[in-house]
Amino acid sequence: MAHEEDALEHERASWKPSSGLAVTVDDPVQNPGLPPHRERITDKDPAAMKRAVRTVYTLFYLSLAGSIWAVAAYMLFPIESGQIVDIRHNNLFIGLGIALALLAIGIGAIHWSKAVMSDREFIEPRHATRGRDATREGAVEVFRAANEESGFGRRTAIRGSLIAALVASILPGITLFRGLAPESSPENPIAGDPVALLSHTMWKKGERLAHDPSGRPIRAADLTLGSAVHVIPASLADLSHHDGYLEEKAKAIVLLMRLLPEQLPAEHNKLEWSYDGIVAYSKVCTHVGCPVALYEQQTHHLLCPCHQSQFDVSRSAAVIFGPAARPLPQLPITVDDEGYLVAQSDFTEPVGPSFWERH
Amino acid sequence: MSTATVTETPSSTDRRDEKPLGGRFVAGAANYIDERTSISGLVKELGRKIFPDHWSFMLGEIALWSFVAVLLSGTFLTFFFQASMVETHYAGSFLPLRGVEMSAALDSTLRLSFDIRGGLLVRQIHHWAALVFVAGIGVHMLRVFFTGAFRKPRELNWVIGFILFILAMAEGFTGYSLPDDLLSGNGLRIIDGMVKGIPLIGTWTSFLLFGGEFPGTQIVGRLYTLHILLLPAILVALLAVHLMLMIVNKHTQFAGPGRTNSNVVGYPMMPVYMSKMGGFFFLTFGVIVLIASLFTINPIWNYGPYDPSPVSAGTQPDWYIGFADGALRLVPPHLEFVLWDRTWSFNILLPLGIIGIFIVLVLIYPFIEAWVTGDKREHHIAQRPRHAPTRTAIGVAGVIFYAVLWAAASSDIIATHFHLTMEGVIHTLQALLIVGPIVGYFIAKRIAIALQKKDREIALHGYESGRIVRLPGGEYIEVHQPVDAYERVKLVDYETNAPLVVRPNDAGRIPWHENFRASLSRWFFEDRLVPVTQSEVEAAEAHAHHTLEHIDEEENLELQGMHDRAGVPDAPHHPIDDGSRSETAVRSSNIIVPDDEPKKD
Repeated sequence: MAHEEDALEHERASWKPSSGLAVTVDDPVQNPGLPPHRERITDKDPAAMKRAVRTVYTLFYLSLAGSIWAVAAYMLFPIESGQIVDIRHNNLFIGLGIALALLAIGIGAIHWSKAVMSDREFIEPRHATRGRDATREGAVEVFRAANEESGFGRRTAIRGSLIAALVASILPGITLFRGLAPESSPENPIAGDPVALLSHTMWKKGERLAHDPSGRPIRAADLTLGSAVHVIPASLADLSHHDGYLEEKAKAIVLLMRLLPEQLPAEHNKLEWSYDGIVAYSKVCTHVGCPVALYEQQTHHLLCPCHQSQFDVSRSAAVIFGPAARPLPQLPITVDDEGYLVAQSDFTEPVGPSFWERH
Repeated sequence: MSTATVTETPSSTDRRDEKPLGGRFVAGAANYIDERTSISGLVKELGRKIFPDHWSFMLGEIALWSFVAVLLSGTFLTFFFQASMVETHYAGSFLPLRGVEMSAALDSTLRLSFDIRGGLLVRQIHHWAALVFVAGIGVHMLRVFFTGAFRKPRELNWVIGFILFILAMAEGFTGYSLPDDLLSGNGLRIIDGMVKGIPLIGTWTSFLLFGGEFPGTQIVGRLYTLHILLLPAILVALLAVHLMLMIVNKHTQFAGPGRTNSNVVGYPMMPVYMSKMGGFFFLTFGVIVLIASLFTINPIWNYGPYDPSPVSAGTQPDWYIGFADGALRLVPPHLEFVLWDRTWSFNILLPLGIIGIFIVLVLIYPFIEAWVTGDKREHHIAQRPRHAPTRTAIGVAGVIFYAVLWAAASSDIIATHFHLTMEGVIHTLQALLIVGPIVGYFIAKRIAIALQKKDREIALHGYESGRIVRLPGGEYIEVHQPVDAYERVKLVDYETNAPLVVRPNDAGRIPWHENFRASLSRWFFEDRLVPVTQSEVEAAEAHAHHTLEHIDEEENLELQGMHDRAGVPDAPHHPIDDGSRSETAVRSSNIIVPDDEPKKD
């Protein structure tokens, strides 16, 4: 509100800020000034004041009791038994003590300020945020003198080369961050190549399909119609965490389902990737990589619980709903001499979420 | 500083014999410190600084104090947490997980929960306080936005505050990922998938971030460094700047009696705000501890260690990440293609881009509005949302947009709880994401303008008191209770903005950006009310007074006629008031305006 007497607009001789599109009414409703101070009950009645004071110190003593209780609860409620009920009691009773200690201080202090302390309002004038004209001129003079004495503006060769040097000095620091991920080495020729790593899993010709997480191989005959099995490569069990167990598992997880052979798309050339109605698809969602763990037997739909992408197994795991764009990659499978399900090869495309270099 | 404040500091010169304030020791200590720091200047400058009072100014304090709770509880946790993904076998006291292979991060989180007394409590305080922290920033931002408190000279503080909001979310997400449990691992998997979808740099960014393939053995340690060092350092530094700028600019206040654009009316820092704010810290912290002792949060012991294979349906991220997760869910299928031998994942880029644009728009909104209005003056009066209908409507549209994305993060829960189809919920939310903000915009704008009209009516003609009075002639009128001058200044506005009228510049041309600005200003200010003026107030008062007299006169005539006909012309017009007939229409304190009479002259 821009009253004529607005101190903000008149205290600087050179400062007449534009009001832009603002239209000020000629005779704004007059501000009556601060209303007369109304005394609170504690101002008028000494007994009420006494009560308020008593409330405040009672609360502070209550807080004291809360703190002592919390310390006592720390000792009274041990958790060493490992029983969940003991942990719950320990959590609850220490917590209640601390909460009481804190809340009572808070309520007491606020009650003190509202009921006991003076509630008379003060008026403080505002000044324009910008410096006074003389100060601003002084600041400009500082820069002018510094520029004059250093020649920063005049000596362009110095200035330009300094800027170039400063910019370039950041580059070594950025370069160091290449070390965040490993480089390729003779033992591991693709360790430093994310595209190669993303393009291969540990599935290979003859690799047995095994139950997740037990690692027990799966016989085709044991798989009943309509069943869905979470599968890992049988040799994953041989890996320890140091050898990249989780990294390999994150790519190699597969969902195995048995449908009637005629429910699979017959014209599809991927039919030979299945065995007697048994199909294996990557369990890693092609959206952002969640495990597509929910299989609906009746509709042959796979649902990703993270973002609800749905894939139709009877149509080569094509996307039928949700944000995913690509079908789940299919793992070519067959059976070995002993009747166990084995992979024909690795996946023929990278599994999991899309990435820039994928094509 | 107000004149009344100076008396508080005792001037030691003329009262040298008296005992110094606070006793000899306090005086000595104060002197010791001041002679080495000149801190007395700071105390004199800030000690009696005036802060205005309003409940909504407390929302930022919730954020501030819950952040202190986060820092205190988080420091305790660092003494026990091990940010390492080295595999161990859990041997702590929680029986169901004994012998399970897990990373040192999860192992130490379980140990600090189950083997340290009070450890679970501190972990829950930390998590709950973090949720309250982000929520506190959110509601504080809404208050600042809807009251226009971001206007000059506070635009930069808006930007800093918004960066604090982003940092708080980053802190939340990095912290959520540290225990290396099943849920946090799935969260990281989603982040990894999103990062990989970014063109050109995505694959390598993910590769470098995780130190190789997902999940790798590096990410927890790296996030820990971000979580307890880098992000908090930036956060604390920006928070300090945020508060310093608040002191430099002085807090905004709402319009009211005695409150103008060039003053601050309120209570002094010492003692009132020291006690109120200090007390509020304990209150905030206390409520967080109470929640933490009563309600379990993030029971990692139920989830177990991260494994890429299992996932539980219906899991939810922490609330502030919901909008991003919802954006991912609402993308229509098949938005991905291969072009120039490269994959363009628009199912990732679209939500990222939309969220990015949303964030940038919120960040720069003060500058957009300043450019449209061209107003270069300082504004220290917090506007009521109804006095800026277009801004309020834009804010409501933004809130709805955010809320729909947020709700979408629970699309599966909505579907299962209300027995709806997954597809139906998603399609409805997709439609709402576009229609909702538009409808909300128009409704909010109309409500704001209607409320302005209502306030105008009240400022001029008083409240409808609800007291219906029957006049002797059979006429029913409603008694209007006038507002006093102290109430009225809170209701009225003092200026409005008119749309820009473009004029050719010196070259005789109208540049395109001026045309654009003009159309934006039409959008902002075409629908507006002219503020109430003092002469309107006086005219309304005179009119009410006139009506009152008129009714009085008619009533008297009628009564006199009745008395005449009854043959008692000298009977009094007013019954003798025994106190039971207070519902009388003609009281000097009531202004009576019959409803059927046109109110304008």
